[in-house]
Amino acid sequence: MNSPAPLPTTPESAPDYHIHALTGAATGSTRDLSGPLSAEITAAFAASPDGEIAVRSVDVNIPLLEKNDILAERNRGYFLGRGLTALNLVSSPGAGKTTLLERTLDEFGRQHRCAVLVGDLETDNDGQRLSRPHAPVAQITTGTVCHLDAGMIARAAQSIDLDGVRILFIENVGNLVCPASFDLGEQVRVVLLSTTEGEDKPLKYPPIFKSANLVLLTKVDVADVLGFKRDVAVENIRRIAPQAQIIQLSARTGEGMAEWYAFLQARAGRR
Amino acid sequence: MHEVGIMQSALDAIRQQAVNHGATHVSRIVLRIGTLAGVDQEALRFAYEALTPGSLADGAVLEIETVPARAYCASCRAEFGASRGFIFECPQCHAFSGEIRAGRELGIARLEFP
Repeated sequence: MNSPAPLPTTPESAPDYHIHALTGAATGSTRDLSGPLSAEITAAFAASPDGEIAVRSVDVNIPLLEKNDILAERNRGYFLGRGLTALNLVSSPGAGKTTLLERTLDEFGRQHRCAVLVGDLETDNDGQRLSRPHAPVAQITTGTVCHLDAGMIARAAQSIDLDGVRILFIENVGNLVCPASFDLGEQVRVVLLSTTEGEDKPLKYPPIFKSANLVLLTKVDVADVLGFKRDVAVENIRRIAPQAQIIQLSARTGEGMAEWYAFLQARAGRR
Repeated sequence: MHEVGIMQSALDAIRQQAVNHGATHVSRIVLRIGTLAGVDQEALRFAYEALTPGSLADGAVLEIETVPARAYCASCRAEFGASRGFIFECPQCHAFSGEIRAGRELGIARLEFP
């Protein structure tokens, strides 16, 4: 191993980090050095007149992004550049994401151009259900992967014609756990909670609700039949996600859909 | 679940820092991780053991500084520690807060080069 060059005490230009030299605790040690650093330590001893080794301790403060975060930031810039708003819809399987989007494409989608990227482990059933002449749709089948990631979204977004699209819906794989950790580059994260689930779902799966901008309480038309307490569910959402807007709706009866469209309208107008 | 990817990014950044400081090895790595960063420290240490042999961080000490979660209460205009899971309840007025002031940190705080 090469012996290190004489250590600079201060670098030429160090605007965003600080260096302070420390004296090592190795002075006077009689133990033989071993391991990957031994040659460097021995060389540093040899170069040191008083037998003390200067360790350079550098405050670097580097944020760490893993690959998905980098791709997500790239997607966000791409969506912004195209002037479209991307919404990431997450929920348990069967909470009503696809039914909500079907009706949304038939009503809101006729006034504002929308597109959908839909993820499932297998089949293009949801993609087929959502196909409309006026709305580009791409199905992502993930195989065994339990969530969509930013790389899948980047590829799927390239596969459809986004010209004129104002709202891009991303229907995530039905899963209340893993999608919480994967930023797709969306501007709005929408979490759906259906009345066929328990009122305490937000308390049991807090990370996904914590990350929500909007929570949709779906299938409210059957809440009474199921004995689902809407006020308790809303209170639980507020405890975990006070930052989130809450809309109660039913894609079957149309209750609350106007409020959902107003939410979309406010974002479709933004450029 | 993505701790290996995070550790890989850390080693890439450390390699760059080592080049900048004329070092061929790093002897101590101090990471700063918030309790809300979604990173499991055990899994991160496991990834570290798996990825560092033969790298410039071979044999380096990995130290993890934990940053406790803090939230802000808009009505009390005060920060408070949010150590009890995901419900951020102001200890003064008991309002729920969605404004996270600390706890999402994920980064390299300090490096030591021999």
